[in-house]
Amino acid sequence: MKVHLAQMKPVLGNLEKNAQKHFEIIEQAVSEGCDLVVFPELSLTGYYLLDLVYDVAMDENHPVYQKFLDYSNEIAIVFGYVYESREKLFYNAASFVHRGKTVHTHKKVYLPDYTLFEEGRYFAAGSSIQAFDTEFGRCGLLICEDVFHLSSLYILSQSGAQNIIIPSNSPARGNLELGHDASNAWQTSNRYIAGVLTVNLVFVNRVGVEDGVSFWGGSEAYDARGRRLAAADMFKETGVTVDIDIDSVRRARIETPFLRDEKSFLVRNFLNEEGGRK
Amino acid sequence: MKLDLDLTVDILTNFIKEETEKIGLKHVVLGLSGGIDSALSAALAAKALGGNRVFAYCMPYKLSSEESLKDAIKVAETFRLNFDVLEITPMVDPYFEMQEDISKLRMGNVMARQRMICLFDMSAKVAGLVLGTSNKTELLLGYGTWYGDLASAINPIGDLYKTQVWELSEYLGIPQSVVDKPPTAGLWVGQTDEQELGFTYREADDLLYAMVDERRRIPELISMGFEEEFVKKVAERIRRNQFKRNMTVIAKVSQRTIGRDFRYCRDWGY
Repeated sequence: MKVHLAQMKPVLGNLEKNAQKHFEIIEQAVSEGCDLVVFPELSLTGYYLLDLVYDVAMDENHPVYQKFLDYSNEIAIVFGYVYESREKLFYNAASFVHRGKTVHTHKKVYLPDYTLFEEGRYFAAGSSIQAFDTEFGRCGLLICEDVFHLSSLYILSQSGAQNIIIPSNSPARGNLELGHDASNAWQTSNRYIAGVLTVNLVFVNRVGVEDGVSFWGGSEAYDARGRRLAAADMFKETGVTVDIDIDSVRRARIETPFLRDEKSFLVRNFLNEEGGRK
Repeated sequence: MKLDLDLTVDILTNFIKEETEKIGLKHVVLGLSGGIDSALSAALAAKALGGNRVFAYCMPYKLSSEESLKDAIKVAETFRLNFDVLEITPMVDPYFEMQEDISKLRMGNVMARQRMICLFDMSAKVAGLVLGTSNKTELLLGYGTWYGDLASAINPIGDLYKTQVWELSEYLGIPQSVVDKPPTAGLWVGQTDEQELGFTYREADDLLYAMVDERRRIPELISMGFEEEFVKKVAERIRRNQFKRNMTVIAKVSQRTIGRDFRYCRDWGY
């Protein structure tokens, strides 16, 4: 599977300009013979939307969304946007589209609402995490913060995901002393997830600055043995194309059969008996 | 407190470039006092844009030291900035003459605001953004003139403590005489910041880092070995100067009030 990691910087709150940027990148990826192109979280809108959330929201019927479906006849696409539901709720969402159809839409479940984040103020939280079948095997889609919750990873792992795709908007911060910044946390987490869940992993983080907050980029891909296959530069608007061998999952699960040996009854019993925290 | 210097330079230069260019401007404008903070802002801007796109102005008053002008020139030469001297004496002296018993503090504030006037006028002249030169220590302690030196469009060093400003300045090759001299707001002859504050920047930074960045509470800070009186004095300064870090206070009447429930980023649409 040939995947293009589109490490772009969106214009804040301008759907049309951003859509145009997406289409140029998609056309480029198609011409390179890519099977899948992955954009960052909220790639169509930018991150610090605040009251702009309501101006940039869309659903499947929006002409921009329709155009993505058109392009998906040539290539699979994962893109981020604000989804407006029939109930008029607004979600931080990402969709996987292919062959003219929406294969899966994930609504971010874990909305960070602390320090420099205030997603809970503007977005409704999604309430499900599901793996889905694609032409490249079973996939899972998580948006940024979702990844830092074991429940997301556990559910995807137990529902058979072999490729995990993570559109992200991670701000650079805590760049005190080597190894204590956001990029280190992400790289550690990505490597861990790929190796321990024995999945291929694609992490696409945006770049650009919004009101002084810099997004660090550094998009990367791992194979199912936790080996990094490719990485984009930090802070640079760029793209990286990577060949992911889907069979690496099979090899990894023979060598390190963590999934086979996972005793999910422990979790079930624990939740039934102790009730968990919430 | 120790910075990952490469990463920090990447972030700050990229910040200057993007926040300037995304709104369609090519230039930045800043006051170059001969001190380390403005030297660092200038060095970062030169690294981000090239010195030919940075417009630096030294704005001395008749009592300002010759040294600071020399140091400002040294910085401008080191980083190949566009440089000019705008003496503010003829602008502020007439006002001082009108105000008979004006205090040193009021005079200092008037000078700072006059420099702000010059910088924003230069910003219109060269179509450049005014670059801030206040560091995190000054911003937290409120050690700056509201709408004077605290006024800017974008500030690359506002999240760096003075200690980190020194560290980064050495790294970027800012002239040693600028790095080594005692910090001064240049409010009056012989004034030094640390004398006026009653503590050193390094002492303050150690405390501020523990208090602000690490969110430690007062009892904990005292048990870490910080003097109770010093802790309380600094905490009180932070509280008392919050107004300088906020937008003007608006009386709410409507459903949507600017800054409260009418909320947009500066970078809206960019």
